[in-house]
Amino acid sequence: MARPPSRRPGINRKAQYSLFASYVVAVVGAVAGLLLVVIAIFDPTGFAGLRTVTAEVTRPISVGLKNMVSGISSVDEVLAAYWRAGSQNVSLRRQVESDRNRIIEARAIAQENARLKRLLKLVDEDQSDLLTARLISSSSGSTRRFARLNAGRWQGVRPGMPVRAAEGLVGRIDSTTPNTSEVLLLTDTGNIVPVRRANDSVPAISTGGGDGSLEIRALSAGRNPFKPGDLLVTSGIGGIYQPNIPVAVVVRVQGEIAWGFPLANPSRIDAVVVERAFEEVVTRQDPAVTPAEETPSGNASAP
Amino acid sequence: MIDPHLHHVPRLGRHPGRFRLVGTPVIVVMLGSSLTALPFVAQSPVLPPFGLLLLLAWRLLRPELWRAWIGLPLGLFDDLMSGQPIGSAMFLWTITLIGVDAFEHRLVWRSYRQDWLIACLAIIFCLIGGWFFARVTGGGRIELLLVAPQMLWSMLLFPFIVRQCARIDRWRVMA
Repeated sequence: MARPPSRRPGINRKAQYSLFASYVVAVVGAVAGLLLVVIAIFDPTGFAGLRTVTAEVTRPISVGLKNMVSGISSVDEVLAAYWRAGSQNVSLRRQVESDRNRIIEARAIAQENARLKRLLKLVDEDQSDLLTARLISSSSGSTRRFARLNAGRWQGVRPGMPVRAAEGLVGRIDSTTPNTSEVLLLTDTGNIVPVRRANDSVPAISTGGGDGSLEIRALSAGRNPFKPGDLLVTSGIGGIYQPNIPVAVVVRVQGEIAWGFPLANPSRIDAVVVERAFEEVVTRQDPAVTPAEETPSGNASAP
Repeated sequence: MIDPHLHHVPRLGRHPGRFRLVGTPVIVVMLGSSLTALPFVAQSPVLPPFGLLLLLAWRLLRPELWRAWIGLPLGLFDDLMSGQPIGSAMFLWTITLIGVDAFEHRLVWRSYRQDWLIACLAIIFCLIGGWFFARVTGGGRIELLLVAPQMLWSMLLFPFIVRQCARIDRWRVMA
């Protein structure tokens, strides 16, 4: 087929001007778009307020759909469980036996820990929970890893608050709208979390890989201290995350980098807990500040 | 009894409403951009950019429908829905549309394959551009390889999207 008739409007002067004007508008608009991106380089959440409308409008849709699919989203997991079910059963049973003893030990340690903390008059960890909400959608087409949370500014969520699930850390709040908020997931390439190895406190930095994995770099010089199977927890450095939230398990070591997978998979977990920033929890002991801070958050807190 | 197929045949003296003619393509592209509201939390960029695919499909199917500036409002809406920095799709989509205009102007032969080629180039441009913008606006070190699968199945999906657009288009122009 020959090409369609040219878009050139012939000798009609008015049509020529109109076509020219449309290109002028397009180029000016494209430059304006580029400018917005340049602004975003310096202030990534600067125009996030614009997202308020779309986020609020799509929230009920996402919540409704989420309620429908939360049951079937784990179908693949159920099917995979049938694969080698027999041998898996035996090994799991053995593991349960050995874990039972450990749980009893851990309970004793937890009791002792609570007693010692009372002696030291440290802040109880329970104060840090703000609310429980669900992840309703995500930036599935973008290279950044954001998830949308079904709770926002009106519920007391603020940017910078850590988000976790029972299994481990999920991420932190990036921006908020009245009823929703964007969670920067642990696996985003821009999310850096200070971690340490659970059993001997080797400090490291975890950065998202963008594809569901985490890139873990030890802070110590010399050879890579990690090996597959190492468990990583937050170290509490930086003041955002509570110490000792499980983060990831190392699966592969490659030169100076260790690759890990997050323990909490945001596509599987149903509800997440938003916590107050660690620093805020620690500094809340100041009696002059406490009553003023307690009042607004007291209504919203429903852990 | 009227044959059900005849429901879509234009009747004499009837024309589709202006809103249907103008609004349908815009709404379809916006719905494509809104697919990110689906309730699943992706671990990597898996969802093809449906907004972009639909925009290209309409543009190549109906060259006279839109001027190049349509990329601005539709791109802004896509930015609001996707996690990309605001302004990214505004810029990339508009540049793409201007580019398609220029490309079309030079092309002597035009058929389905050329359309697909244009769409593939546009998809590659927009995804690499989006990757670059995400990288410079606080995304850290993102590998380009990360968008490769998304790029591949977006290109493979394009013919299907064009078919669906053509189907909607038939409904659009028939009263």
